Amino acid sequence: MGASLSIDYVSHRFTPSAAPTLKEIDARIEPGEMTALIGRSGCGKSTLLHMLAGLLIPSEGCIRVNGHQISAPSAKWNMMFQKASLYPWMTVQENASLGLLFAGHSKREATKQVDALLDMVGLHDKKKDNVQSLSGGQQQRVALARSLATNPEVLLLDEPFSALDAFTRSALQEEVPAICRERGITMVIVTHDIDEAITMADRVLVMSQNPGRIVSELPVKLPWPRRHMDVGFQTLRDELMQQFKGTDTGLSGRCAQSSQPADSKAESAA
Amino acid sequence: MSTKTSAALSAPSSGFNWLSPVLGMLGGLRYPALGITSLLAAWWFGGYLVANDPDMWAFANFAPAPTFQALYGLVASGAIWPTILSSLYRILYGLFWGIVIGVPVGVLIGYVGSAMKIANVPFQFLRMISPLAWMPIAVLAFPTWDSAIIFLIVMAAVWPIIFSTAHGVRRIDPNWFKVARNLGASELHMLRRIIMPAIMSDVLAGIRLAVGVAWVVLVPAEYLGVTSGLGYAINDARDTLSYDTLAAIVVVIGLIGYGLDSICSLLIKRFNWHVE
Ligand SMILES: Nc1ncnc2c1ncn2[C@@H]1O[C@H](COP(=O)(O)OP(=O)(O)OP(=O)(O)O)[C@@H](O)[C@H]1O
Ligand SMILES: [Mg+2]
Repeated sequence: MGASLSIDYVSHRFTPSAAPTLKEIDARIEPGEMTALIGRSGCGKSTLLHMLAGLLIPSEGCIRVNGHQISAPSAKWNMMFQKASLYPWMTVQENASLGLLFAGHSKREATKQVDALLDMVGLHDKKKDNVQSLSGGQQQRVALARSLATNPEVLLLDEPFSALDAFTRSALQEEVPAICRERGITMVIVTHDIDEAITMADRVLVMSQNPGRIVSELPVKLPWPRRHMDVGFQTLRDELMQQFKGTDTGLSGRCAQSSQPADSKAESAA
Repeated sequence: MSTKTSAALSAPSSGFNWLSPVLGMLGGLRYPALGITSLLAAWWFGGYLVANDPDMWAFANFAPAPTFQALYGLVASGAIWPTILSSLYRILYGLFWGIVIGVPVGVLIGYVGSAMKIANVPFQFLRMISPLAWMPIAVLAFPTWDSAIIFLIVMAAVWPIIFSTAHGVRRIDPNWFKVARNLGASELHMLRRIIMPAIMSDVLAGIRLAVGVAWVVLVPAEYLGVTSGLGYAINDARDTLSYDTLAAIVVVIGLIGYGLDSICSLLIKRFNWHVE
């Protein structure tokens, strides 16, 4: 079952003298909720996600999972990265069952549990293959199976599909939320693709840059699976686009109403 | 010329399909065969010159024919085996300690950044000292000649293993650590499941270098004190002026060294996960 996430007044500096990367971020995420985090490149999305995974400790504030402050990574809150980062000396099966081995399961048991997941992500005929022989999309599916194998309560996705071709990407954009809904997993996805955010999430949080903070949020109340052609989809996208433009460095607010050429300049600068 | 050969090879393949792979394999052996033949020819020519030089004819037994005769005698009588075994024992024992010390130290200085900074200068300094330079110290410090020789082997073997292991650890994709931690790996898991398999081929490459250096150091080290081993056998043959035996032992040293190196390179292939 999914866990609740609580980000309590989190600020972060990578070095004591540096400008804050994140500033006073405060948000709650309900169990089983699917949240997208969007923002410009470098605004601190990955930093925040690493904190939710317990891979980075915020310099101020704290992260709570089910009310408990987290201070270390755990297979219960699992992160999937932009790169699949599979272990090249292992087969597909061995890669996917790694978390279960770490949790103390026997190799046989782990393999058995992972088999069903590999079937689900469409890799039933690749189980014994070395991962280096897989395509980028297939590798990312192995990483997904690896993340799901430990039955996580929270799934954190850091631009997991950005390196994939359009077909694979849209298939996974549909499959991953379906899996999370079926298992009640709380999901947070970081992306700078507005369509991806609307396709996959119940709620979209928009982050600004320098310092990174959450400037607005937008519920997505559309039926599943999301269709890009829906009027509701288009309306949400326009709305998010406006807010996204408003996050331009230092000029927030003013920029949102500015004219077309100024906007395109701001985009190319970013 | 090469096109003619390939045409000649491919022509009968319609009728004799088994023939072309066999010919292909023989073709692959063409270059090594050429190399070995040239070496033997040079050796034979050297022997010929020596035999015809009035000042040096006494050394004529270094030529291939007497050497191989002596080699046959050594193998047939079985006299060579104890000699080979005691040298192999020393080198394997020294390598064992070189690995036992070198791999953990290499992992440590590769994994912990400050350990690398601390160790770099002293290790580079020690590495450049010929292991044979430790000989007088080793003789004083160790109770037996055998243990002194093994110490010299360890001093020769440990550096390439340390540096190659550390290099392998530093080359590990940092994401592999992140993913493993994220999946709940303990430090022990990290070592056993991630670091060791990731660096296996680097460790073996280090061992291969170590085998080379150690084998080179072993022979002069066996000139000392001991009364067994290939180095001792060479010294002994020189003292008794049996130059054919001396040359035969030189051949044996080369063959075993080549064999040890081949084993290492097979192991490297076996544990290498990089795709070309
Ligand atoms: N380990 C680090 N040490 C110092 N600064 C860092 C570190 N990691 C990230 N930063 C800085 O923090 C800021 C936010 O980085 P982060 O990776 O979180 O951005 P992001 O929103 O994920 O960007 P992108 O969309 O390009 O992935 C950047 O300015 C980056 O330079
Ligand atoms: Mg990022």
